[in-house]
Amino acid sequence: MCLAIPVKVIRLKEGSMATVDAGGVQTDISVALVSDVTVGEYVIVHVGFALSRLDPDEAEKTLKILAQGGIDGLPA
Amino acid sequence: MKTRLIELAHGSGGKATDDLVTEVFFRAFNNPALNRKNDQALLDLPPGRIVMACDSHVITPLFFPGGDIGTLSVTGTINDVAMAGAVPVALSAAFILEEGFPVDDLERIAASMAREAREAGVPIVTGDTKVVEKGSGDGVFISTTGIGVVPEGLVLSGDRCRPGDRLLVSGTIGDHGMALLAFREGMSFDPPLLSDCQSLHQLVGRMVEGVPSIRCLRDPTRGGVGAALNEWAAQSGVGIRIREESLPIRETVFSACELLGLDPLYMANEGKLLAVCPPEDAERLLEIMKSHPQGQNAAIIGEIVEDRGHFVEVETLMGGTRLLHWIHGDQLPRIC
Amino acid sequence: MAYLHEFRDRKSAQALLSTIRNESRPDRDYRLMEFCGGHTHAIWRYGLREALPDNIRFIHGPGCPVCVLPISRIDMARTIASFPGVLLASYGDTLRVPASGGRSLLHSKAGGADVRMVLSTLDCLRLARENPGKTVVFFAIGFETTTPPTAVAILEAKRQGIPNFRVFSNHVLTPAALRSLLLDTTPEKQVRIDGFIGPSHVSSIIGTLPYEPIVREFSKPLVIAGFEPLDVLLAVLMLIRQINDGRAELENEYTRVVTPSGNPEARALVDRVFTLRESFEWRGLGLIPNSALAIRPAFRDFDAEDLFSVSCPSVSDPRVCECPDILRGIKTPEECRVFGTVCTPENPVGSCMVSSEGACAAAYTYGVRRTPDLEVRP
Repeated sequence: MCLAIPVKVIRLKEGSMATVDAGGVQTDISVALVSDVTVGEYVIVHVGFALSRLDPDEAEKTLKILAQGGIDGLPA
Repeated sequence: MKTRLIELAHGSGGKATDDLVTEVFFRAFNNPALNRKNDQALLDLPPGRIVMACDSHVITPLFFPGGDIGTLSVTGTINDVAMAGAVPVALSAAFILEEGFPVDDLERIAASMAREAREAGVPIVTGDTKVVEKGSGDGVFISTTGIGVVPEGLVLSGDRCRPGDRLLVSGTIGDHGMALLAFREGMSFDPPLLSDCQSLHQLVGRMVEGVPSIRCLRDPTRGGVGAALNEWAAQSGVGIRIREESLPIRETVFSACELLGLDPLYMANEGKLLAVCPPEDAERLLEIMKSHPQGQNAAIIGEIVEDRGHFVEVETLMGGTRLLHWIHGDQLPRIC
Repeated sequence: MAYLHEFRDRKSAQALLSTIRNESRPDRDYRLMEFCGGHTHAIWRYGLREALPDNIRFIHGPGCPVCVLPISRIDMARTIASFPGVLLASYGDTLRVPASGGRSLLHSKAGGADVRMVLSTLDCLRLARENPGKTVVFFAIGFETTTPPTAVAILEAKRQGIPNFRVFSNHVLTPAALRSLLLDTTPEKQVRIDGFIGPSHVSSIIGTLPYEPIVREFSKPLVIAGFEPLDVLLAVLMLIRQINDGRAELENEYTRVVTPSGNPEARALVDRVFTLRESFEWRGLGLIPNSALAIRPAFRDFDAEDLFSVSCPSVSDPRVCECPDILRGIKTPEECRVFGTVCTPENPVGSCMVSSEGACAAAYTYGVRRTPDLEVRP
């Protein structure tokens, strides 16, 4: 419900923090809520915290559906 | 100079003031009119009508990626003069310094102003210096006034927009506002994001020479493109329609806006301009802008329409329409 | 930005809109409630209302935590902020909501209170460390998305032994609000809703499972949707199909982020710190049982309500304010008597106009409109 955007984890830091990159902008966020995240993964960030992972395979599936205007196949 | 901090004596008008002004400002700005050391500057102006503009600068932080308060005080006023289609001729600079401000910082600021003025070919010919007690200022406030000359026959004014006219921007939007905000929030950018502050009078010179039918020019500083367009719409009594997909914006600025929940259309620009011209001249104007280093990312972004409500609207990426509201104050970052 | 631009692609939007136009039946209308304020914002910001056929209507729901914050709780925050030695911090929009007498926390700040905006709860811990002589009170609002960051801050404050950090908890729960909307059977309060667009990031925390009993109990289709305009359009298509088929199922459009089990680690942290309040007042919705969170006794050292025993009486909205009806979807912003005239984002009368996700603020800021004496475009 809240402003949350996908960012890529580029470095893990101590104290459950991580440096993330979003389209060339780098900033530090807390990964206390997704503690097993690894470098290279994408997470959704809200008020300075990673809330959950983004699954690239599911993203691809959704994009395929969108590309043909939702005509066939819908996400599970 | 024995001390390296500004003291109240530096503003008293006595020897301490003279020493400071000589050591810092005269040394940096160094031009014939100034060097006469009068309280005023005598200038020879080319023929034409005179344009005068002034700006006060209270920015924090004083030093930021891509510039400082000094740079802005020169480019901002040169641009205000240039937006009338005028050739800027000279600047004045008044300083209000806070007691305790480091003289080293003042020298850095003066050096920035000197560099910017020299490159622009616009000397700082007169000025003033005052000092206020500690706690009454923010380090330094700078007020600059600029004068310029507009050739006969050229009339640029925000009330001249007509339905059918086209709207152009000279480059990427939101750079300055985001560079400062991100600097304050500790975000870093790759590639680094610098303020776009620059003097635009040479670009303007080429534009008005090639397309004298230009209706108006404006540099969208505080309040961004959104505020500038709403002002024009009200001044001219028209509506403005822009297309989201034609707005030039750096990926890093776009991403930072997404992260912070801000709209780039309201972020400040200090080295960009908006232009309105008749539709038949739009392509030619765009070509002129793009062939100049300061206009490489120029684009036609919209048009003027009839609209009794004087609204500014955006055709969104999705093909829908939304209002570009006349923002009241500063944007607040969205979290929700 | 990866996973963002692709979900705003114009060609895909046009293809989706075309499919929606083909599949929506012209002989009926479709009334879809988007619960979440972020969806309200996206719908207005991208002009989706106009882009969709006229027989598809969005009913804006109460999923804007600033909008549902009752006046009495803001009055309490203002009282706390007025105590000497208090530094009150919150997210941006919270500071602007008008409470009793139309006064907000920004008014408190103008009157000398130390009130600051933060972008993250961790900023509050930094403020507490930097201001040892003050008590930093975080005015916590938000649904299940925003609660885990508050829980982490409290746990971290305990771990670090920070003595001057307190939280004034106003965290609320989504399923409870959804049920309350659907349960209300008073005729004039009943809103016909054909389907729901479910929240993106609340769901990333709570998962999809909590919605199942609601879908079963009330037989309304619910599609959890992502945040981007293409997500919203795809969810609209999925709802249209369900409604046409006479189905009432839970579906998930936002599979790239939302899973059935959500984020159990985040929920566990919240459970450690927070407990259910028996009941809580929601602006516009009244008292709802088991709908909000209070800090557990084990963490009373971080509970602002434990330190400052303030309570403020329940206050009704100004007579002219129609936020209660707007939050329930009974009225649209344009149908409010004071929308855009007396009540504007600069001078908000009610909370729907304050937060950028509030239905009224979104409508006013993005809605193509005309001034009262000129022709109004729908």
